[in-house]
Amino acid sequence: MSAIIDPSRPGDSLIGASIPRLEDDALITGRGRFVDDIHMPGLLQAAFVRSPHAHAAIRSIDASAALALPGVHAVYTYEDFKPHFATDRLVVGLPSSHYKQDHNRQVLAADEAVHVGEPVAIVLADSRYIAEDAATLVEVDFDPLPAVSDCRAALAADAPLVHRESPHNLLAEFDMKYGEAERVFAEAKHVFRESFWQHRGGSHSIECRGCVARHDALEDRTTLWTSTQMPHAAMRVICEILGLHENQIRVATPDVGGGFGPKLVTYPEEICVTLAARLYGRPVKWIEDRREHFIATTQERDQYWDTEVAVGDDGRVLGIRGSIVHDHGAYTARGINLAHNSAENVPLGYEIPHYAMNVKVALTNKVPVTPVRGAGHPQGTFVMERLLDRVARELKLDRAEVRRRNMIPPEKMPYRTQLKARGGQWVTLDSGDFPACFAEALQRADWDGFPARQAKARAEGRYLGIGLSNFVKGTGRGPFESVTVRIGPSGKVHVYAGAAAMGQGTRTMLSQVVAEQLGRDLSNVTVTTGDTAATAMGLGGSNSRQTVVAGSSAHVAAQNVRAKVLKVAAVLLKTTEAELEIVGNEVVVNGQPSRRIELGAVSRSLVGTAGYSLPAGVTAGLEATEQVLIDDMAFSSGSAVVELEVDPETGGVQIHRLVFVHDAGRMINPMVIDGQLAGGIAHGIGNALFEWMGYDENAQPVTTNLGEYLLVTSTEMPRMELHHRESPTPGNPLGVKGVGECGVIPMTPAIMSAIEDALSPFGVRINQTPITPAQLYALIENGTKGTPA
Amino acid sequence: MDSTLSRAIALKVNGKAVQATVDVRHTLADFLRHQLELTGTHLGCEHGVCGACTVLVDGRSTRGCLMLAVQANGREVTTVEGIAAADGALHPLQQAFMDLHGLQCGFCTPGMLTTLVELLNDNPDPSEAEVRVAISGNLCRCTGYQAIVDATLAAAKSMRGAAVAGSTR
Repeated sequence: MSAIIDPSRPGDSLIGASIPRLEDDALITGRGRFVDDIHMPGLLQAAFVRSPHAHAAIRSIDASAALALPGVHAVYTYEDFKPHFATDRLVVGLPSSHYKQDHNRQVLAADEAVHVGEPVAIVLADSRYIAEDAATLVEVDFDPLPAVSDCRAALAADAPLVHRESPHNLLAEFDMKYGEAERVFAEAKHVFRESFWQHRGGSHSIECRGCVARHDALEDRTTLWTSTQMPHAAMRVICEILGLHENQIRVATPDVGGGFGPKLVTYPEEICVTLAARLYGRPVKWIEDRREHFIATTQERDQYWDTEVAVGDDGRVLGIRGSIVHDHGAYTARGINLAHNSAENVPLGYEIPHYAMNVKVALTNKVPVTPVRGAGHPQGTFVMERLLDRVARELKLDRAEVRRRNMIPPEKMPYRTQLKARGGQWVTLDSGDFPACFAEALQRADWDGFPARQAKARAEGRYLGIGLSNFVKGTGRGPFESVTVRIGPSGKVHVYAGAAAMGQGTRTMLSQVVAEQLGRDLSNVTVTTGDTAATAMGLGGSNSRQTVVAGSSAHVAAQNVRAKVLKVAAVLLKTTEAELEIVGNEVVVNGQPSRRIELGAVSRSLVGTAGYSLPAGVTAGLEATEQVLIDDMAFSSGSAVVELEVDPETGGVQIHRLVFVHDAGRMINPMVIDGQLAGGIAHGIGNALFEWMGYDENAQPVTTNLGEYLLVTSTEMPRMELHHRESPTPGNPLGVKGVGECGVIPMTPAIMSAIEDALSPFGVRINQTPITPAQLYALIENGTKGTPA
Repeated sequence: MDSTLSRAIALKVNGKAVQATVDVRHTLADFLRHQLELTGTHLGCEHGVCGACTVLVDGRSTRGCLMLAVQANGREVTTVEGIAAADGALHPLQQAFMDLHGLQCGFCTPGMLTTLVELLNDNPDPSEAEVRVAISGNLCRCTGYQAIVDATLAAAKSMRGAAVAGSTR
């Protein structure tokens, strides 16, 4: 970790400095403002009536008993809302030519509910206690229909239909391929086949979702404060559904208690709460509880892979091919991006000459699937790394050596792959030295010394194993983020960004980037993110993108403001721009500290005085807005090595060492990067050993609290050894790459590799993630290869 | 049961005497958040697992979501708003969380801090393993816990230093 610097010390660059976050003071003293902390006079609390069935026809809804309860103000169903809809579906899927059918979510279920948790009615009451009481009193006449739980079964010819009126359950199908896989596999000396089940659960930000809507009749504007990663998208969707224009809806994000993917989606509840506040004329709050988070917030869930790898005697991969069945859930809440990411990620870090993956996206009667931290990429990496382990085993090569023989050498950077991103651009790896990063991880983890440690432990009856994984992750998805930098008459530097903060330190990042150009005084910078009234365009938080895209726009905007400050100050101070420097909130003539002017004075000189010209012939105002266009991704990369112990008596796994070497390009704040990586790693460990969102054969969720669905806790976490390499990307002016999701990516394959290594005397093979102690124990007992559940 | 039944309670919250009438079914966390407007205490699961709502009741870490407000009658409650010194000086844990990046989104943080205040009161010199056990009932999705553990050890060290300095004065 870099030393904490004193930002007030002139000359110290803020870029690359481990500055304590500006967000923290409020958060550690209880003065944060999360959505449930918003209170206002007349506020009503909402609760939702949800489908208890995975699939059912709705015959009728009777709200009379609920409405009779004292303290209940209103119950709205689809029929009540219908007259106010311009359209009644949330059309939010990313564009793709691969869809076979459209299934967009309803705002409220009308006559068919297609997953447990689908909202059917909204209740408004004086308190949440009463609202929840009343929700149980709303009588919905459901007529249960056959449900589809398993995404493979969904594609069978005789499978029940997820939606009554659909022709089948195949939502989309596509092939991702290049080269001549068929020929290569026909000719290859070695072909190995593996099938995998991969499961990821929910996001489980500790703050669930929630929103507050207040309609201002005077302004004819409704403000929605919502715990979202994408406020601008929410505003657009709300306007579309309610037939309103942009000045009638403002969406703003308060402090967001974690996002991790699912909060990037606009949800039916946000529409309902907004409309309810407008119709009833009082502010309305809805705060999701954890059970709702399990059944109504999007998840990532299941993929089933059948794969083959073709290799030569030397362990060089000649080709990979296979097929994926991906669980989509009942509706399209984001699109086919997850399956696309998974298929695209498989060959990313290695030279794979031929590749062919068929992807089928299957509807199921479950809550829709959208990205969870990692967004399909961990699954691709898992497949690649598991196949390389298999190659090593079959060819009796060291697992690290097989990887070295297939890695992309640094001299080939930038490396244009033969893959196309979802927007049609070629996937080009921009920078990095993958073999050197890998070598550093192996050296730091003492990979070569492990056999001796393992032998010693085995002599004591203990089963140690070591595992490894490389990864490459596209970050900073474009096309842009919008940032305005403005110096006000007060001299304060205001930053307005379309970026949305969800706990990752966006305010600190933007402040560092902007202050670097404008006096290096962080206390002189204010940051407004996630507010559609402050920034007209914004994409928000996803895909480890904010430092890349918002950081770049902030950097260029700040540079432009800086140039204008210097130009105007040179006139006002009767000197040249080259003689000036911005120090704190002043512009100072070098070497003549008495000749100075405050930033506020420079700003005031540009706000205009009626009848007088602006100085220096410049344009009005001291601000700049930038949307730096970045189409190509910035590829972060890294290598993880895990050393762990398995107790064959219990199937328990304890990670002893975890080395993670990461390349996120130029680092803005190494301390924050460490934090992001560590959180991602913990999530990845959860995906390997703990997190399972279970459903029974009728698509009823069976893990709906945090006692049944396990998140990793402090005692399961090893001490993480985090190391950085910096290969600045040429793809953006700061040279930065994203980091938020990177920790997750290599964890499942590294852990499974290590468990197999530990249990090699038992011949255990693991082709799934997660794996629980009970499942591992069964594999140890059977001494057999794991098969997908 | 009549869900509107209420009771008068008297308790101390963050050192101040509080008298209130509360619905008997309201949890302590909801009472603190919505009636006393102490919104620093957060609710993450409302079934006692995540630990975000942890407050100190008579100095002992307690799930604010599993205790009813009426049960706090006559007790002394400390929330995250009450752990800094009366003059506003941050508790060493708060300072260390800031310095060492012991929080990200900040939602679990109040429960972490109250839990750790209890730990350091009981054990001024905990080992890393003891810190991990102490917060094993507090879920954090952002940090991977490492920076929280490091911040706690740093805070314990600075508190021990301060205690030594105080005793030799």
